[in-house]
Amino acid sequence: MELKKDALYAKSHEWVVIDGDTATIGISDFAQSELGDLVFVNLPEPGDEVEAGESFADVESVKAVSDIYSPVSGTVAEINEELLDAPELINENANDAWFIKVEGITAKAEELLSPEEYEAFCAEEA
Amino acid sequence: MLVFEKSRPGRGISALPECDVDIYTLPDEDMRETDLHLPEMAEVDLSRHYTELAKKAHGVNDGFYPLGSCTMKYNPKVNEKTASFDEFTQIHPLQPEHTVQGCLQVIKETEESLAEITGMSNFTLQPAAGAHGEFTGLLLIKAYHLANGDTKRKKIIVPDSAHGTNPASAVMAGMDVINVDSTPEGLVDVAKLREVCEGNDEIAGLMLTNPNTAGLFDPNIKEITDIIHECGGQCYYDGANLNAIMGWARPGDMGFDCVHLNLHKTFSTPHGGGGPGSGPVGCKEHLAKFMPGLTVEGEEGSLAFAKASESLGEMKNFYGNFLVVVKALTYIKMLGKQGIPEASKNAVLNANYMMNKLSAKYDIAFNPKVCMHEFVMDIARQAKETGVTAMDIAKGLLDNNIHPPTMYFPLTVHEALMAEPCETESKETLDEAIKVFLELNDLAYSDPEALHAAPVKTPVTRLDEVGAARHPVLKYEFE
Repeated sequence: MELKKDALYAKSHEWVVIDGDTATIGISDFAQSELGDLVFVNLPEPGDEVEAGESFADVESVKAVSDIYSPVSGTVAEINEELLDAPELINENANDAWFIKVEGITAKAEELLSPEEYEAFCAEEA
Repeated sequence: MLVFEKSRPGRGISALPECDVDIYTLPDEDMRETDLHLPEMAEVDLSRHYTELAKKAHGVNDGFYPLGSCTMKYNPKVNEKTASFDEFTQIHPLQPEHTVQGCLQVIKETEESLAEITGMSNFTLQPAAGAHGEFTGLLLIKAYHLANGDTKRKKIIVPDSAHGTNPASAVMAGMDVINVDSTPEGLVDVAKLREVCEGNDEIAGLMLTNPNTAGLFDPNIKEITDIIHECGGQCYYDGANLNAIMGWARPGDMGFDCVHLNLHKTFSTPHGGGGPGSGPVGCKEHLAKFMPGLTVEGEEGSLAFAKASESLGEMKNFYGNFLVVVKALTYIKMLGKQGIPEASKNAVLNANYMMNKLSAKYDIAFNPKVCMHEFVMDIARQAKETGVTAMDIAKGLLDNNIHPPTMYFPLTVHEALMAEPCETESKETLDEAIKVFLELNDLAYSDPEALHAAPVKTPVTRLDEVGAARHPVLKYEFE
């Protein structure tokens, strides 16, 4: 698994890079490899509110649809529109394929893991 | 080759009779600029085209079809015979009631039979299929709460093992879904359910399949429906798995308030390929006044249509897919009171026979002592040790003229193969399938590449499912 060194991870397999009161969110390399080839991504709209621990997007593989949970609460500032037409970008490089940027962070998920902690967590789950 | 590619200009079949009324011509601006692209073929070529397509497919008449939660039982030919009677086919839905008493009798007897089998008081035959039935059931629950002035109840509880259509139907009905995780045994977590429900006046109801998709009958079912009722909610039974219990246990007695059935699963009407299906919805007395469509009342010979007093409207035009109903009623009458429970008994026996034989080489999800009509194999161990996945085993089955079980469902089992053999299969068929399953497991360990490459004997080999989903081609491009 390629870890994103500057990110924190949620146990639901999202990564988040927090910078002041803004955050960039994507899914982990482990998550993309477990999901398999993604064929569809559903993202919120800029201006939508997201809540820590609640679903804000979903991804679809040939097997199943999975919810993506937000590690923070705030307002969607920007979405990665490229993913909508090319969900394969997530499989190619999950660490670069960000989903949304959130501004005005009001809360964080209870437990966010460091890259090393997350790696250990995945090893336990697998 | 597509039918459009075989088409040749002027080679059509003129099957339409001469027009015997005045022809009205539309104004130019309402007319198409080009002719419709209809394929033009001789009857013999058209007939061969579809026969060729049929040969490429795998149906229940071709071989074993253990597609879990789909109940692909054999469809007896007598069903087709009754459904083809002129008295059922050469009629119009708006014909006066006294001229179609036989059809009304079919509707009435089907409603009554289904009510008896499920422990409900009323039925509507209008919904066209399973998910349509779910949607109808939820609208009934919604109408009930609104009539009570209970406008806050918008939350529907759906266990994580539910069919994917359940949460989708709830959202369609304008409700929010609360997911409740299962216990490690694959059953509803009663403690968690109680936590969510107690004192919660926003719960509209619960959607549940029992037995569930892992083929497990929930022994706490009465406690579960009681918890929902105590907080003011209603219980909806998804009839997808009724084949395991018909004639033995009734959703009504388990505490459910409404239910949908899939006539195309449990009651042996053809299934797949786009239908037509039929998803009748039954309810108890307190929901009956909201039922959609028309029901039949009166005595034999003077039957008449009637509408519920606070009907929620029409779910489909007229009486649903009526000829599917004729087939299902034929099945019920042919089996009768003895045959209906016997069918379920044999469905459960067949599933347990297969599960026990296959457990020699395959891990069975949730490791039940007995299953109901279906069971789930977990291929995770094989995947880890050999790289052969549930998908590869499924493709290997195709080379052996067996339709794969349901794959990657329920979502609670990651490498799931959910098999439902059905009561209509003989011991010989089951033994042959068991032999194939066990051989494929051995092949995974001796030659995994062979399974990655499967199928090799089918008209088309391994398909690019990812490419098809990412770049679907949905229509023919005319020159």
